[in-house]
Amino acid sequence: MSAPDPVPARTDGHIRDPAEQGHRSAASAVELEDSRFGHGGVTTEPPANGRRRTRRRGAGLLYRLCLGWLALIVFVAITAPWLPLPDPDTIDIAAKLAPPLTAGHLLGSDGLGRDILSRLVFGAQVSLIISLSAVGIGIVVGGTIGMVVGYFRGRLETTVMAGVDVLLAFPGLVLLLALIAFVGQSLTAITLVIGFLSIPIYARVARAATLAVSQREYVLAAGLMGARTRRILFREIMPNVILPVAAFGLIALGVVIVLEGSLAFLGLSVEAPAATWGSMIAEGKRHLSDAIHIALIPSVVMFLTVLSLNLVGDVLRSRFDVREANL
Amino acid sequence: MGRLIGKKLLTLVPVLLAVSLLTFLLLSLLPGDPALLVLGGQAGSAESIAAVRTDLGLDRSLPQRYLSWLWAGLQGDLGTSYITRQEVTGAILERLPVTFELMALSLVMALVIAVPLGVFSAYLVGGRFDKSVTGATFGLLALPNFIFALILIGVFSVGLGILPATGWSPLSDGVLENLRSAFLPALALSVGNIAVFTRLLRTDMIATLQEDHVTLARSKGLPTSRILFRHALRPSSFSLLTVAGLQVGTLLSGTVIIESIFALPGVGRLLFDAINSRDLLMVQGIVLLLAVIFVLVNFVVDVLYTFLDPRIRSGATRVRA
Repeated sequence: MSAPDPVPARTDGHIRDPAEQGHRSAASAVELEDSRFGHGGVTTEPPANGRRRTRRRGAGLLYRLCLGWLALIVFVAITAPWLPLPDPDTIDIAAKLAPPLTAGHLLGSDGLGRDILSRLVFGAQVSLIISLSAVGIGIVVGGTIGMVVGYFRGRLETTVMAGVDVLLAFPGLVLLLALIAFVGQSLTAITLVIGFLSIPIYARVARAATLAVSQREYVLAAGLMGARTRRILFREIMPNVILPVAAFGLIALGVVIVLEGSLAFLGLSVEAPAATWGSMIAEGKRHLSDAIHIALIPSVVMFLTVLSLNLVGDVLRSRFDVREANL
Repeated sequence: MGRLIGKKLLTLVPVLLAVSLLTFLLLSLLPGDPALLVLGGQAGSAESIAAVRTDLGLDRSLPQRYLSWLWAGLQGDLGTSYITRQEVTGAILERLPVTFELMALSLVMALVIAVPLGVFSAYLVGGRFDKSVTGATFGLLALPNFIFALILIGVFSVGLGILPATGWSPLSDGVLENLRSAFLPALALSVGNIAVFTRLLRTDMIATLQEDHVTLARSKGLPTSRILFRHALRPSSFSLLTVAGLQVGTLLSGTVIIESIFALPGVGRLLFDAINSRDLLMVQGIVLLLAVIFVLVNFVVDVLYTFLDPRIRSGATRVRA
């Protein structure tokens, strides 16, 4: 196997056109965007030639474990009402701070005697609903915008991308907090605001992917054969744009889960007593010295979920690499 | 060189204007009447509501309000809070040093930890050290800062009892006391950056170590540490610098959470309090200020870049390797 080729890594954005101020190269935009809210994404991987092969060999088991964990979370979230669990909001002061493996409370109970396992499962519902819908909004709206401006270019593109740059000039969580405070703390409001704020990021990713394919021969051929614009956009271009955007969306799911957690931690997520992972962690903060499991268990669950999403997203992203498609 | 910076400065003006317009619009178009908030949520008479609205200037049209807000803002006056009757600008300035110190300390910590990790794992690429660093940083990426903060509090404050869990000692209490109170929050804030910086530097460093000038330095028999830190680090640090600049936005976001957890008197905490009391003008002022800081930092990074990378300075643009 030859030595890693120094060239690809260099394209990752440190040579830029100064005239195009603010427009980081699309490749590095994809790269950097996902770390905008704090965590997220994985930065560059070494451009080792054997990367794909080592991935398949080395990360196979881990990859499957992560998929399994995600499947478990989705499964319990969907079947939560039918699972044999105590009610997540029933307060039982007599049984408060029960350690894990107590009879009746498999993972123990919190400061108000509520069952932690049950709250975890119902919290998974909240995380899942918010993250899937917010990412869905981002992909559909942002992806469409990015694809359309990337295909038509011209003044429309300049205007839209300027708007995108301005929205991205705000520190993400700060704007999110400000909007949530005034829009309200319902599940719908939180989902819509996070979805709205993530539109620019998807627009950038989709635009970069569109630019990479819109000049290809088969797109040209479709145009010459008289295909309508809509057909070209949705039948020729979209299949090539949707994969990188979706792989990016997987990692974004993790970012949204952390965001919801941050909101909950600040007491600005879905109103109490509804269980969310973030509010459970925040609740456990008061019991760090006497009952550490209250904060620890939801933390571990959130960590494993985000880790799994990152890993799966990373593996998928290396398969449909946007970065190889230079702007 | 000067022309280049001048040109960039010119593009800065519309961006800043757009940022201010968006801040104003987003928060002004939201439902809810600030006049009702001022009256403490009680349903006052129609006249008293109208009086408060006139008092606050809410009876004017949206463009008028924006222009007067912007004009006053340019002169350093972002209004007076409806709730606390504090001057917005004054309240922010008073708390800015804490936030800046937190952010700077956090960036320094992240770099101090990430640079050696990145450099050595690139040098030992594929080895056991490299693999554990790569694995550990991948894990750190999935660790939200509020969870990391709780772990730190659990270990250092509750468990070992050597560092305070909450509170802030200003510099006037002595540097050591100040650092003691800032250490845990800054470390908690740096968790994501440690991972991002390490991975980025490692990638760029692996590429640099393949280059001819490094081979030359090696064949001259220079000691490894000198090659790594003197010959390879600088050309590998361009992306790191950009990302460190971009991460300022993340840090600003992070301070809101971290300052709330550790009860620090910074801007993030001010924003949190303002949000909880629905203090529109204060929120508006803080969001505007944080966004402006973010834009300016990115501008400075952009300029620094041209100093560091001669290829851009000479105007040899669009060199796509």
